[in-house]
Amino acid sequence: MSEFRICPDSGFYFHRSAESLMKVNAVAGVVALLVAGVLALGVVLTRWQEVHLLSPEDFYLALTAHGINALIFWIIFFEMAVLHFAASTLLRARLATPAWAWTGFLLMLVGAIMNNVAVFQGNSSVMMTSYVPMQAEPHFYLGLILFAVGALIQVFVFFGTLVVAQQEKTYEGSVPLVTFGAITAAIIAVFTIASGAIILIPTFLWSIGYISHIDAEMYRIVWWGLGHSSQQINVAAHVSIWYLLAGVLFGARPMSEKVSRTAFLLYIFFLQLACAHHILVDPGVGTEWKIFNTSYAMYLAVLASMIHGLTVPGAMEVALRKKGYSNGMFEWLRKAPWGNPVFSGMFISLVTFGFIGGITGVVMGTEQINLIIHNTIYVPAHFHATVVTGTTLTFMALTYLLIPVLFRREMILPKMARLQPYVFGGGMTVLILFMLGAGTLGVSRRHWDMDFTGAALPFEYPGMAYTLMAIGAIGGVLAIVGGAMFLLVTVGSLLVGKKLDSSAGLLQSFIGKPLARDSYTTATPETLPMAPRLTVEEHGSAGFEAPGTFVLAMLLLVTFVVYYFINWKYLASVWPLG
Amino acid sequence: MTSYMPPADRIWWKVPVGRQELVWIAIALVWCLIMFAMMPYWHVYGKQNLSTEAYQTTPEKFGIKVQEMIDKYQVGEEGGIPIVKPPAGSDIYQLGRLWQWWPIFELEKDKSYRLHLSSMDWQHGWSLQPDNINLQIVPGYEMVLKITPDRAGEYGVVCNEYCGIGHHTMVGKIYVRE
Ligand SMILES: [Cu+2]
Repeated sequence: MSEFRICPDSGFYFHRSAESLMKVNAVAGVVALLVAGVLALGVVLTRWQEVHLLSPEDFYLALTAHGINALIFWIIFFEMAVLHFAASTLLRARLATPAWAWTGFLLMLVGAIMNNVAVFQGNSSVMMTSYVPMQAEPHFYLGLILFAVGALIQVFVFFGTLVVAQQEKTYEGSVPLVTFGAITAAIIAVFTIASGAIILIPTFLWSIGYISHIDAEMYRIVWWGLGHSSQQINVAAHVSIWYLLAGVLFGARPMSEKVSRTAFLLYIFFLQLACAHHILVDPGVGTEWKIFNTSYAMYLAVLASMIHGLTVPGAMEVALRKKGYSNGMFEWLRKAPWGNPVFSGMFISLVTFGFIGGITGVVMGTEQINLIIHNTIYVPAHFHATVVTGTTLTFMALTYLLIPVLFRREMILPKMARLQPYVFGGGMTVLILFMLGAGTLGVSRRHWDMDFTGAALPFEYPGMAYTLMAIGAIGGVLAIVGGAMFLLVTVGSLLVGKKLDSSAGLLQSFIGKPLARDSYTTATPETLPMAPRLTVEEHGSAGFEAPGTFVLAMLLLVTFVVYYFINWKYLASVWPLG
Repeated sequence: MTSYMPPADRIWWKVPVGRQELVWIAIALVWCLIMFAMMPYWHVYGKQNLSTEAYQTTPEKFGIKVQEMIDKYQVGEEGGIPIVKPPAGSDIYQLGRLWQWWPIFELEKDKSYRLHLSSMDWQHGWSLQPDNINLQIVPGYEMVLKITPDRAGEYGVVCNEYCGIGHHTMVGKIYVRE
């Protein structure tokens, strides 16, 4: 018999099996984040040339483990929790085949541990990309393969749950937008994991001596089918969570279901194209293919992101204006709940992802401009703006919601929680901006020593590069402090937070009001109804419903255009080549 | 009534889209098309485009070509690495290996050369500094591109693809003379 409980504060239904899987996936992800964060300290303090903490062996080991734990294990574990939430909880459906879901989770867990063991043994410091012909230990690759297979199984359980929901008619009409976004993420995940299997299985066989040779260029092209698309799972997932949080916080509804869903469809069609971002300066790759691939076919996936960039804050603005914050352009934003980490985390994520992550990504993914950026520290600066201030901060914001709703615990240290998104997002933004600058001066990524100690020929970076790296590192340390605050609050709440037993408003939960104790029932949940229709006067589609958001969007566009052409100008100043 | 409930209209794809979104989509689409057009435009009018000329090769074959060039045009040595001064317009060969760029070039300003690059072992990153041109060097592939150094001076070639424990010592040189 399926057992459900209804969260008295949020109204969300939790199916018992789905709930357990959400919990274990989220907790496994947070453990990976902890490992990644500790290693980040070693990386940051080594690249700060005046500190130069680790030996080269330890640095490259730490960098490999940091990359894999942060970019793969933390994010994908957490995404599995998000998928089960989007299918089972949002649609009020039982989880399809819990046994398979557990199998998937356990495979992921074994794989993640196996891969970490390989890296920490010291002979697999090959970086996250593990470019051949540099070779890691066989269990490095095997760990990743098991992790991927486990993730694939959980993704199929997600699809199965959608089928259950549809057959058992647990909802009316179409699936909610948030679930639609999660479906987008899951479809991209299937493509990604297939690419990973195509390249990692032969690489594993090569590492045990079964295959004698893997073509290094072919490896790069197929590996990035995995490596780049996996980041697009994150984009689809965190955009979906933005919509979710806008709904939970403000009762916001999409400005237009059609527009937002079409934008997700564009992701499905075009977003996973872009493995070429990483091979724009590789030998012999065709120009036409590079232009088509790197631009996601005429930037249609960028268009999709620009659409979400308007509709997510726009939905919030419309909802807040309706609540009476309608003076001027920005009263809705000024009076938004900046002390609530669910909101502040989400909004900082939205802004940094759009203004920094998005713009730098498009610039460096431009075929010719990549010549002045490839493999410089600009690259990690860019993707920290997408996966850290973008995805990770969004997941953190969601976690603050899940502690009371999913885990039924009162949050400890609410003041620290309130501060955390600012410390983490602010520190990370400093790291990103200054590393972007250092990358423009040519500073290399994945590099132990800016001084080139022991090189036969001397070379010096300009003094400014050292200054930029040092300030960036200070930002990095601040971000790590912010990460530690997050872990302290969340892990602390799970371990010693008071169990919740009487009801209060959901949004008060983080300031310590107790919530109701959960009780499970075998009764079938009520069918999820369609959202109520808007009355005519609420519609107001003739004018601009969200003028403040439109101003912000135009600001984004102007920044984008200016920065884009600055980079062309910079490119025009280097040696002519062809 | 929210983003996590089924749409209010069963046939949501027929609900008209607000003016604000239509305007933004139109602006964004135009910008996307401009960006898309910039890449072919630069192939026609820009001076920095990466050639797609490349050949499959082996470390042995490529090493022989490098050595032949060094035998012909060597003019000196620095840090144990030969300096070669090939004639303007010629084919010049540089190899990357753990942990060297070999040899050093002495080139003439505003003259073009056909630069051939390959790796003897793992992947390397050819990063010309301070000009900041960055190329991926992959074993088994010989990349060919025409370069025209347009400023005299001393340039470093830093390896910016991680290639093992001595990665940070992998520095090469190119001199450009008036
Ligand atoms: Cu190298």
